Amino acid sequence: MKSLEELRELREKVEKDMEMRKEINKPKIIIGMGTCGIAAGAREILKAVMEEIDKRDLDVEVTQTGCIGMCEKEPLMDVKLPGKDRITYGNLTKEDVKRIIVNHVINGNVVDELVIARLEE
Amino acid sequence: MKDTIYRSHVLICTGTGCVSSGSKEIKHELQDQLAEKDLLNEIKIVETGCHGFCEKGPIMVIYPEGVFYCQIKEEDVAEIVDEHLLKGRIVDRLLFKEPMTEESIPSYKDIDFYKKQHRIALANCGKINPESIEEYIANNGYEAAGRALTEMSPQKIIEEVKNSGLRGRGGGGFPTGLKWQFASDNESDKKYVICNADEGDPGAFMDRSILEGDPHRIIEGMLISGYAIGADEGYVYVRAEYPLAIERLEKAINEAEELGLLGEDIFGSGFNFKLHIKKGAGAFVCGEETALMASIEGRRGMPNPRPPYPAEKGLWGKPTNINNVETYANIPYIINEGSEVFSSIGTENSKGTKVFALTGKIKNTGLVEVPMGTTLREVVFEIGGGLTEDKKYKAIQTGGPSGGCIPEEYLDLPIDYDSLVDVGAMMGSGGMVVMDESTCMVDVARFFLSFTQNESCGKCTPCREGTKRMLEILNRICDGEGKEGDIKLLLELGEHIKATSLCGLGQTAPNPVLSTIKYFRNEYEAHINDNKCPAGVCQELAAGYTINENTCVGCGQCVKVCPVDAITKGDGNYYVIDSEVCISCGACEKKCPVDAISQG
Repeated sequence: MKSLEELRELREKVEKDMEMRKEINKPKIIIGMGTCGIAAGAREILKAVMEEIDKRDLDVEVTQTGCIGMCEKEPLMDVKLPGKDRITYGNLTKEDVKRIIVNHVINGNVVDELVIARLEE
Repeated sequence: MKDTIYRSHVLICTGTGCVSSGSKEIKHELQDQLAEKDLLNEIKIVETGCHGFCEKGPIMVIYPEGVFYCQIKEEDVAEIVDEHLLKGRIVDRLLFKEPMTEESIPSYKDIDFYKKQHRIALANCGKINPESIEEYIANNGYEAAGRALTEMSPQKIIEEVKNSGLRGRGGGGFPTGLKWQFASDNESDKKYVICNADEGDPGAFMDRSILEGDPHRIIEGMLISGYAIGADEGYVYVRAEYPLAIERLEKAINEAEELGLLGEDIFGSGFNFKLHIKKGAGAFVCGEETALMASIEGRRGMPNPRPPYPAEKGLWGKPTNINNVETYANIPYIINEGSEVFSSIGTENSKGTKVFALTGKIKNTGLVEVPMGTTLREVVFEIGGGLTEDKKYKAIQTGGPSGGCIPEEYLDLPIDYDSLVDVGAMMGSGGMVVMDESTCMVDVARFFLSFTQNESCGKCTPCREGTKRMLEILNRICDGEGKEGDIKLLLELGEHIKATSLCGLGQTAPNPVLSTIKYFRNEYEAHINDNKCPAGVCQELAAGYTINENTCVGCGQCVKVCPVDAITKGDGNYYVIDSEVCISCGACEKKCPVDAISQG
């Protein structure tokens, strides 16, 4: 990094990259993988997500994030569909993951009983 | 042939999905019901194909109304026939409910847990991928470092931090800008910056969460600090018990090095900076800055007298700036937004926000970041959602083993560094343990003191011997062997340990005892004078349990849970507890389905 301009150029590029990710219509699943999440079973949730994606041959991006503060409600998982707000689900079990993937990720219907909040863009 | 005119059509889905969830049985049941009510000539049953809504099957649609029923069970059919088909009343509970639309979901900023929060240090936590430097940069990351290194002089940065009013978030609350000024003023060929991530307070986990959730923010904060004081090397001292934090930080450092955000000639400014991780072995005292530096140097983690302060003679005798994780996490915000924006948040002498780790008997366990000056009541009851099982609030313990317990009368106290000290507690790193009426305050004091006593490094006598004697007295009191004069002795010992210990550990170790005596002296007196533990926690003092033979239904569940076989069958259909054997654990009381068991 040789100058501030270089950083700003990089930022524009990565911002664009992220925009592009939106444009290619790829849903994103984000799993809370802080220590609190892992202790509450986030690894199992992540495994279940990967299994479902594999089984249904879905084109979904799976990433992780840190503790958002609601440790009480871990494991947490966010679903971000292209052009939509990011939806947070909490207190998840492996069975819930299947429902969220079928209803929300594939069909676009939010699973209301499991929802906690919405993160606006 | 004349077609029969039906007044109603009932469509039953017999797609594979609905059949597997029982639509065939429903159709038969409907046929039986209609025959019974002699409605077969009026109402037509139609089997249909799949509606594509198998999730909610079996599905039934009734015309002419077009009512859509879903997830019907066999036993619902009679109700549909009686209510809907005979009386024309729609069965609400079986109606299909629209799936929640995004608009009907509360936004993060509207839910109680986040409404009062103001996130600066935690801004990215839970929102970005901590293992991707691109996501950090896309969220304006390293902009502050870039501007600081290319557009600001070191002194200008120090002025900004001073003007912001930022104070150390690790517990002491020393003004950060002033600390940087001292380190900057001391001329030397070599200087260091250190990030203290040796988070050891029971119940505190904000530093870990920041390192796990947003490691680049710490790197950026340290980079700016290094440039401001003229240090080209930094250490993050993080406890080895935080493997995930270490892993993410390592990855972040590597990514930053690859992009040239760490290394040589950063942003073309000629400034070089490298960063190392030092894993701590888990000694609580290593959170004390001089002990921490001794540990980095490879020596035993024990504190040294100050002065000289680290800013003068720190790591390997060189001027060193040492700040806590959360302190560094505030730096990029201050540079980006300006000191005025930062200092507009908070109270007169405590600016900005503070992260608290809410634990204990509270509904919303978690991490909250609120502006300084927020009241305890807002934190506990609005953000925290109140106490579990809606029990009565008794006290909140802040500041970990160095802090104190705050009783109900101070719930409306605006939280800042000074207000907490005024009531005998302290900010500490921000751990908040909520206690309800079932907590014994003597036992709490004993818990915290046994922690500090264990972690005392043993270097100075007041802390090493004094905390041991205090703990002995507390143990005695909890065992029902308290003596008159114990409270006075505890107070005397406590004051002496505070006044004469070498480091912060000893100077604050008596705080939990002193503050509980101050606010809950009656509980100490009940233990000593009346041989009673009002909360029923101290087992040696707890009154035995008895069973009310009139209420007892003789189910015998208490017998199964009693760990000492104190419960036997009485003369009638009830049980009795042998008070000689009973250890007052309370297991039977919790199990009893008719509340026949009580204490005393």
